[in-house]
Amino acid sequence: MSATTQDRGAASRTQGMERSRQSKQSLGEIIWTALAALCLILALVPLFLVLTYVTVRGIARLDWAAFTNLPPPPLADIEGGFRNALIGTLIMVGLGALISVPFGVMAAIYLSEFSQTGKIARWIRFATNVLSGVPSILMGVLVYGLVVLTTNTYSAVAGGLALAVLMLPIIVRTTDESLQIVPKSVRWASLGLGSSRYQMVLRVVLPAALPAIATGLTLAVARAAGETAPLIFTALFTQFSFNGFFSPTASLSVLVYNFATVPYENQVELAWAASLILVAIVLITSIVSRWVTQKSVY
Amino acid sequence: MNGTHSVNQGAERREAVLPPREAREKWLDRGFVLATRLFAIGVAAVLILIGVQTAIDGWPAIREFGLGFLYSSAWNPVTNNYGALPMIYGTLMSSAIALLFAFPLGVGTAIFLSENFLPLKFRTPLIFMVELLAAIPSIVYGLWGIYVLIPFLQPIGQWLHENFGGFILFSTRYIGPGMFPAGIILTIMILPIITAISRDSLASIAPSLRQASYGLGATRWTTIFRVLIPSAFSGIIGGTMLALGRALGETMAVTLLIGNSNNLNFSILAPANTIASLLANQFAEASGLQVAALMYAALVLFLLTFVVNVLAEMIIRTVKPY
Repeated sequence: MSATTQDRGAASRTQGMERSRQSKQSLGEIIWTALAALCLILALVPLFLVLTYVTVRGIARLDWAAFTNLPPPPLADIEGGFRNALIGTLIMVGLGALISVPFGVMAAIYLSEFSQTGKIARWIRFATNVLSGVPSILMGVLVYGLVVLTTNTYSAVAGGLALAVLMLPIIVRTTDESLQIVPKSVRWASLGLGSSRYQMVLRVVLPAALPAIATGLTLAVARAAGETAPLIFTALFTQFSFNGFFSPTASLSVLVYNFATVPYENQVELAWAASLILVAIVLITSIVSRWVTQKSVY
Repeated sequence: MNGTHSVNQGAERREAVLPPREAREKWLDRGFVLATRLFAIGVAAVLILIGVQTAIDGWPAIREFGLGFLYSSAWNPVTNNYGALPMIYGTLMSSAIALLFAFPLGVGTAIFLSENFLPLKFRTPLIFMVELLAAIPSIVYGLWGIYVLIPFLQPIGQWLHENFGGFILFSTRYIGPGMFPAGIILTIMILPIITAISRDSLASIAPSLRQASYGLGATRWTTIFRVLIPSAFSGIIGGTMLALGRALGETMAVTLLIGNSNNLNFSILAPANTIASLLANQFAEASGLQVAALMYAALVLFLLTFVVNVLAEMIIRTVKPY
């Protein structure tokens, strides 16, 4: 019954120059499609495994004490926490943003607004892209040479500076792109009303691009919060509370690094809990920024 | 005649209302433009500074060991004798393993997500999920790798050694941390880069090319292999180069999984080291000539990633003018 309808369908399809389902090409098509789908599945399996594993292992230890206590010594019977690491991460990421945002936004304003010939701008965009490909550990090496060796101490300032270098190319690129989306007519209108160039940029173009710039900044902050490599030999780590900008400072990511390979169960548990926080930061900012970029001002 | 007159009159009136800009404001304006220009140049300067700083701080080691540093396999802080061959081998080998797996997987994923195999409303979240893979912090991959990936790869590593043990790459037993798990974690981490850029370049192919191919009677996959992939080829290669740059310098996940052994061992089942993990492990406790040697190693890594990234940017730029 169904075979007859299929046959009739095949006959009419042949007239419409369709390939028959049994042809050699069709079989190949199906195999290739299945292979491509398999690639996607293989790519996404680790994502699910990482997310579920981190959630399950992390949530077990993510209680109030985790946020209020200091890291526990090995084998201690007290409930430790990562208060100092959380504060340290906030301080150093804040410091990094404080340095890199004005720097990066100013640079992006030049690239998108004032580079008339475009030649310098082309090179600087090129350098920005290359800088964003430089391994993050080299940001740490740079700051180690510039700051740690001269001040003779690991510090929150050094860590913040390393994160600033890491965030800089991300901020330049996203700001540059967001400024370019603002229509030319808005600039002409502003200049036509008699504003000078800095008034045009600061009062008209920048506010118009602000949501997109903020999105880029959020992504940069999320990226910096999870970075470990630039911090391990600039900010180092400490078991104790934050002790000023010029002493070693703990961070969540370095805590995970230090506690990942120890044989002490209480410290390993804390590493999983800290990982969960890092993953949550990234997840939330990614989703929110995606949601925000769907709305635009102009 | 009449028109000129009225225009002149208009100009006079405007001047009466709007005085010319004050000198102070003109300077402010010029100063602002100049400041933005300085900051822009500053971004490029940071890039150069990384190279210069590591070269200066590494100078004692560069003078002491010269180019022999690159092919000597001694790394001995006790006798102050340093060579980076095991780490250079580890860096290149772990990246090669990662590319070997990530290239086909990444391009396959990109094809699946850029063609209309699935309706757009399913594709969009899947694309987002692949992007998310790139956003997860490296250290989290490392922690996960220790507890999940290393035990998971145990039977595979054992099988490789038992069946292909004569081959130098599998000549040692799988003991856990080593090049193999590090290469696999790198695969997971660089795959989204290859996918994202390949997908971009596949999506930017003019629709007329695809239509022409279908019009000639080509099947979907003939179109993909003969028309779409060749058109997007430079984009795919550019994305792969970018991914290679990332793999060469990836630090935390690799450090936790590679075993950090400074002895040269060609087997991928044995513990090894990369330049980035060497820096991560030793910088905080280094002093004297060891710091210089580490700086020298950092310079090697910088130059390596610099060249790869510059090539990647040049290839991608020919595809998509940024």
